[in-house]
Amino acid sequence: MFNNKNKAKTVAITGVGQSEVGRPSSKTAMQLTLDACKKALDDAGLTRDDIDGIACWPGDNNNGDAFSPIGPSALISTLGLKVNWYGAGYEGPGPLAGIINGAMAIDAGLCNHVLVFRTITEASKRQTDKTSSALTNKTVGRDSSFSWQWYTPFNVMSGINLMAMYAQRHFHEFKTTSEQLGQIPVTCRNNANLNPNAVFKDKKMTLDDYLESRFISTPLRLLDCDVHCDASTVVILSRADIAKDMRNTPIHIESMGAALNQPWSWDQISLTGMATQDAANMMWKGTDLTPSDVGTAQLYDGFSILTLMWMESLGFCGLGEGGAFIEGGHRIARDGIIPINTNGGQLSGGRTHGLGYVHEACTQLWGRAGERQVKDHQVSIAAAGGGPLAGCLLLSRDL
Amino acid sequence: MPRKLPQLNQDNSSFWQEGKQGCLMIHHCSSCQQYFHPPAPICLHCLSEDVGPKKVSGKGSVASFTINYQKWQPDLDVPFVIAIIELAEQAGLRFVSNVIDINPDDVFIDMPVTVTFEQHEDIWLPLFRKEA
Repeated sequence: MFNNKNKAKTVAITGVGQSEVGRPSSKTAMQLTLDACKKALDDAGLTRDDIDGIACWPGDNNNGDAFSPIGPSALISTLGLKVNWYGAGYEGPGPLAGIINGAMAIDAGLCNHVLVFRTITEASKRQTDKTSSALTNKTVGRDSSFSWQWYTPFNVMSGINLMAMYAQRHFHEFKTTSEQLGQIPVTCRNNANLNPNAVFKDKKMTLDDYLESRFISTPLRLLDCDVHCDASTVVILSRADIAKDMRNTPIHIESMGAALNQPWSWDQISLTGMATQDAANMMWKGTDLTPSDVGTAQLYDGFSILTLMWMESLGFCGLGEGGAFIEGGHRIARDGIIPINTNGGQLSGGRTHGLGYVHEACTQLWGRAGERQVKDHQVSIAAAGGGPLAGCLLLSRDL
Repeated sequence: MPRKLPQLNQDNSSFWQEGKQGCLMIHHCSSCQQYFHPPAPICLHCLSEDVGPKKVSGKGSVASFTINYQKWQPDLDVPFVIAIIELAEQAGLRFVSNVIDINPDDVFIDMPVTVTFEQHEDIWLPLFRKEA
């Protein structure tokens, strides 16, 4: 298995691609997806005939929802693909589940090249309907969901209400402050200012701007929330023995974290550990590498508090030490101990929702990040999710 | 305030409806003597099926909370308090609710609270007030 450090590394990333990141984009969801596919295939030096697997998270819910308008079935049909395997679905270890599933399909011998994609069009949807993503809209009529019925009757309308309670608990137990937490959005904005594809590439942000932004759900503010966008991101996974002869230096999936050792619930889990701890523990079991080997960490920032908790779960600092670790921002800056979210993350780059972290990790590992490039490194982490959703990847580039 | 209401079934109806009698009911296992939530036909701890709703004191404390300021829907009254309440009966026994009849700025973690019920159609929502 992938969490066995003695196992051969059988899967590599061989190409990445991303559409424009629009707020909104004038392109359709399918056009954005095709743009990202073409870039990734060109990057990997493959054609559509090479692709024999498709994976996605969460896939199409058959309702054209802006959260995930395109699933594998639409893309297979549109591109005329002939696949051995395809899969998608919400119930997996977070937004990186497509990568994790695709890697397993290759390791199981089902596929040689899996195209993993994630398309999202929440920016254009919000122009006509600002309540489209409310949790209360997940079910029609009375809430029949196993999970959400325990929250929506109490007017928990958005995930931020739950994340805010993790943040409040963190502030209470560990004396974490808003001035500390604000370093995450400020760091992301500094990075976005050097990323030509970022939503907020031209807009500066200071810690004072952050502290003056309005509360959405205390202690979280508007600038603790990621920014909706229209975009598609594609990552090509290939069999490692084929990858070594392909265009790019292979980036191996050194280890993966996909564990959930707690209930799938937003309030019955550890409020300060979440599933991020389970996934991170599993990932480190699969490798001899340690946090000090990591050159960049691309950590989920759907809400800033989740980035802080990923940093603790992954061992960049101890549990509860995240606030002090990020204070002042220098440790997580591009020239710091562990640069985070070097493309601006979702907070300032755009809510590409998961694969954007993998795209940026690879862009940095391949030394293509232009002005925002950090010093040469071989190892990176991409991690995504929050609450009971969590998955992480340890990526290592061949020399 | 308007509320999205849960769909009732055999597992959850005691939690959502026994407030009519002024009772907060939490599923309890007769085998290992522990409570668990959400309610289910099997004990989360020991997998015994000898389980059922049991009345609890309705007393607890705020494990965490948030003051929601965002008006997610036009008819939502803001600000209001969402909280994770930990019940007095068992460490870690908790669920999400609202703290009402209080200035939101006065809520704090570990604040002692007592249940109160608010009827919406055939549902009695367990909400919490600061303990007098």
